[in-house]
Amino acid sequence: MTQNPLLAVEDLRVDFATPKGLVEAVRGVSFSLGREKLGIVGESGSGKSVTGRAILRLVRPPGRVRAKKLEFDGTDLLGIDERAMRQIRGRHISMVMQDPKFSLNPVMTVGQQIAEAYRINGKGARRETKRRALEMLEAVRIRDPERVYRAYPHEVSGGMGQRIMIAMMLIPDPDLLIADEPTSALDVTVQLQVLAILDDLVTQRGMGLIFISHDLNLVASFCDRVLIMYGGQVLEVCDAKRLNEAKHPYTRGLLNCLPRIEAGSSADLPVLRRDPAWLDQGV
Amino acid sequence: MIRVEDLNVSFGHGAAAVHAVRGISFHVAAGESFGLVGESGSGKSTVLRALSGLNPDWSGQLAVAGQTLGRRRDKAFYKQVQMVFQDPYGSLHPRHTIDRILAEPIAIHGMDEADRRISRALDEVGLGPQFRYRYPHQLSGGQRQRVAVARALILEPKILLLDEPTSALDVSVQAEVLNLLRRLKAERDLTYILVSHNLAVVAHMCGRLAVMNHGAVVEEMSVAQLRAREPAHPYTQQLLTASLGYDRAAIDRFEDFTATA
Repeated sequence: MTQNPLLAVEDLRVDFATPKGLVEAVRGVSFSLGREKLGIVGESGSGKSVTGRAILRLVRPPGRVRAKKLEFDGTDLLGIDERAMRQIRGRHISMVMQDPKFSLNPVMTVGQQIAEAYRINGKGARRETKRRALEMLEAVRIRDPERVYRAYPHEVSGGMGQRIMIAMMLIPDPDLLIADEPTSALDVTVQLQVLAILDDLVTQRGMGLIFISHDLNLVASFCDRVLIMYGGQVLEVCDAKRLNEAKHPYTRGLLNCLPRIEAGSSADLPVLRRDPAWLDQGV
Repeated sequence: MIRVEDLNVSFGHGAAAVHAVRGISFHVAAGESFGLVGESGSGKSTVLRALSGLNPDWSGQLAVAGQTLGRRRDKAFYKQVQMVFQDPYGSLHPRHTIDRILAEPIAIHGMDEADRRISRALDEVGLGPQFRYRYPHQLSGGQRQRVAVARALILEPKILLLDEPTSALDVSVQAEVLNLLRRLKAERDLTYILVSHNLAVVAHMCGRLAVMNHGAVVEEMSVAQLRAREPAHPYTQQLLTASLGYDRAAIDRFEDFTATA
């Protein structure tokens, strides 16, 4: 896996020039991804979402992306032109964004949008497209796919919108899916059912998955490996199954401040004390 | 302290009516923390809104501190019962300073010593005097939620209704706000109803809880029973399994409870 990774990222840096000075959102992130589930965990502002967007070159000016290496399946993503990049987006790498309200087109029906995503593969008669779209909606546990197919985004709930986005991103059969908090608006049971669909795609079709989340427990139980991000850097990489043995005080602090069902409720929750030195401890 | 009997809430009329809460009953003793747990659309927030007087279209019996509640509530009620909302970005007026946000309930209730009360309220929720003349956009999510708690407590209520108070916050900030809520409860002998979809938060904060699905309470139990993983109802068991993390095999056994409630 390490000889031929699906995605190789080396020293990724993203900064934004603002009137108040340069904001460095990502400061030297490196990792490689095989056909596995990689979790990126961090709090708001840690740079995890910007990392995901930078891979797809979705960071707009004044944002600036630099990297020693950003390679997908042998293609240098920073070297190709916009036209070639469009060939990759959707078809080879797709991304589920956090907020369906801002990511679905409000004046197109759900069905039209999913069909559009399917047709970027260049194939499919109209009837076939619709059949596949309905199938995909059903796969993400939408109970009445025919109704939802004809509905506009404002006519569906937030949780359903999120599932529609997932259906849309999966229908072109991508090699790599970047999922940015894809299930945070869903109820726990539906959340797990949607994750099971992604899980099966990774194990059966060999898709690579980058799962961006703030939920440590979920990532620990769902992913294979986890990157812990803080202040735009990766503080620690560990096996998801061994997240509980994580060494960095930040990771430990995050784990400790979670309330637990089993624990006694007599004591206060430990509070995370941030050490300024963490900002320069990236791996 | 709080008595809810056969509460029903519906929205809309005729065929389009949605029966959001279907005849639920529960009691909360003074000084207790009671959790209301359920998935989205289960009606848990609607119960809170009916209780707080935000939603007048309900039937059944509601009583607080021995007094039966009508559809309209007087000032005395709001001095006793206050609410903290889920979204700290939406629940504070964006163009009012923290000082003005906290001064408003004092003015409405004609209380004296506004200045002293405001600085004390800020102090109690762990915000220093430097926050007093700032605007909400100058505060982080956790700081805003502290302001919302300060606003609720400034009238010295006996009951706090908490609607997902930490679900919009990072876990490290959630821990701070939960600790704050527990400390204030102990200091002021408050009674809480906490609505949450997060079983771990409810287990940490409450002594008893009711699990709601599709507008009805499927089960009421103690947190000790929840910890021992002994819920009686299969819906609660499934919720508990799901809360413990991702387990591919367990997911295949999940049932759909929405239609059967």
